[in-house]
Amino acid sequence: MSNARKLADNLPTEGSLYGRNMIVNGSMNVAQRSTSVTGLGANATGYYTVDRWQIETGGSNSGRFTMSQSSDAPSGFGNSLKLDCTTADTSIAAGEYLLLEYHIEGQDLQRIKKGTSDAEEVTISFYVKANAAFNFVLEFYDNDNNRTCSKLFPTTTSWNRVELTYPADTTGAFGDDNASSVRLFFWIHAGSTYTGGTLNSSAFNTQSSANRAPGISSFYSSTNNELYITGVQMEVGPQSTPFEHEPVGVTLSKCQRYFQKYNYSNDLSSVTSANTLPVNCCYNSTVAYGGSKLQQEMRTSPTFSASAANTWVFYTEGASHVVSEMTAYETGPFMWGMKFVTSGSWSAGNALYGRPSSTSSYYQFDAEL
Amino acid sequence: MNITNARYSINQDGNVSIIYCNIDGVHHAIPLAVGNRHYDEIMRQVDEGSLTIEEAD
Repeated sequence: MSNARKLADNLPTEGSLYGRNMIVNGSMNVAQRSTSVTGLGANATGYYTVDRWQIETGGSNSGRFTMSQSSDAPSGFGNSLKLDCTTADTSIAAGEYLLLEYHIEGQDLQRIKKGTSDAEEVTISFYVKANAAFNFVLEFYDNDNNRTCSKLFPTTTSWNRVELTYPADTTGAFGDDNASSVRLFFWIHAGSTYTGGTLNSSAFNTQSSANRAPGISSFYSSTNNELYITGVQMEVGPQSTPFEHEPVGVTLSKCQRYFQKYNYSNDLSSVTSANTLPVNCCYNSTVAYGGSKLQQEMRTSPTFSASAANTWVFYTEGASHVVSEMTAYETGPFMWGMKFVTSGSWSAGNALYGRPSSTSSYYQFDAEL
Repeated sequence: MNITNARYSINQDGNVSIIYCNIDGVHHAIPLAVGNRHYDEIMRQVDEGSLTIEEAD
C-alpha cells in the first residue's frame, strides 16, 4: 500500500483534523475523583473514577464490581477504564441492568446535523479487552427526541479496536444548549426487559426497551470477569480515524468544565492541591465569607461538597479555629462564594486563612450531565 | 441518590441562594439552577412528594 493510500485512509471524511473527537477523556487519563472504587453495584448510578464516565444501575442487581483507572492499555495509551466483577449475579431479574455511559452536550453535537436533510453518519471507535469472549452493546441514544440505535460488539482476551458506524438520522434535532443530548450506553448486563426483543441496529427509531440490548453477555456471569476500555472516539462520518491524542493538561481542562476536585497534597505543584483556601473575611463573631474563581468555567452552576468540617483548620488573630460548617453560600459557572462557621468565636473584620488538617481533606464542584 | 435534610439557605442580601442537604451522607450545597443534576433530582423528588425542603433559618 502506498503512503498516499495510507494517509488517505487515516483522514476523516468530514470535518477538521483537530477536535474531531466529541468524547472528552476518551483515553481515560484523568481521574480526579478516585482511581479505584470497590463494592459498586447496588443503587450505584453516579461518577466514581475516570472523569466523564458514569455508571448506571437499575433493578435489583446483586452483582458487585470494582471500577478503576488501569495502566493495562493498548500500545500508545497509558490508561484504560477497568471494571472487575467481584460478586457474580447469574439470576438476572427482568428489570436489572448495568451500564457504562457517557453524556454529551447538545451544543457540541451540532456538527452531526441530526434532524435535518444533511444529517451525518457517526462513527464511534474504541479499544476493548476482557478476560473472555463476550458480546456487549453500545447504544447511541438521542436524549432530546427519545430515538436510539444499538450496535453489538465482541470482546477477546487481547486489545482490539472496535469501529461502529451509526446511520444518519433526519428526524429529531439536538438542542443547541448545555443539556445532555446524547447518551452513549455500554450495555454489559441486563434482564429480559432490555434484551427480549430484536436489536435495533440498522436505523434510529423511537426507543423500545426490549430492543436496546438483545444478544449481550453478562458481565456479572463470573467473578473472573474483567472489562477494559480506552481510546473512545466519536466523530462525524462513516470512517474511524486514529485516536486523537492530546496533552493531559488539555484533557484535564476539558474535564474541569464538568468536575473540579481539590485534594490535600504534599505536592504543592499539583494543579489540584488544596493546601490552602482563598483568604476569607470574618463577617461577624461566628461566620466568615469569601469568594474565589473556579479553575475553569463550568457547564452550569456547580454543586459544592467537601470533606467534613473538622478536616479543616482556620487561623486569625494568631489563633486556630475549628469550624462547624464549611460550605458554599452560592455557586456560579465561574465562581463560588464560601461560608465558614466557627465552633467558637472570632472578631468581625479580620482576615481568615484556612487549610486542610487531614490527608483526607478535599472540596469539589460538580456540574456533570 | 439518597437525599436527606434538605433546606434552603439565604445569602448576605437575604435572598435564597442555595439548598443545603446530605447526599449519601455527605453535605452538599446545591445552586438553584435548572440543569444542575442534583437540583433537578431534588425538584423531581419534591414533585413526587418524597422530599421536602425546609425553609431557610
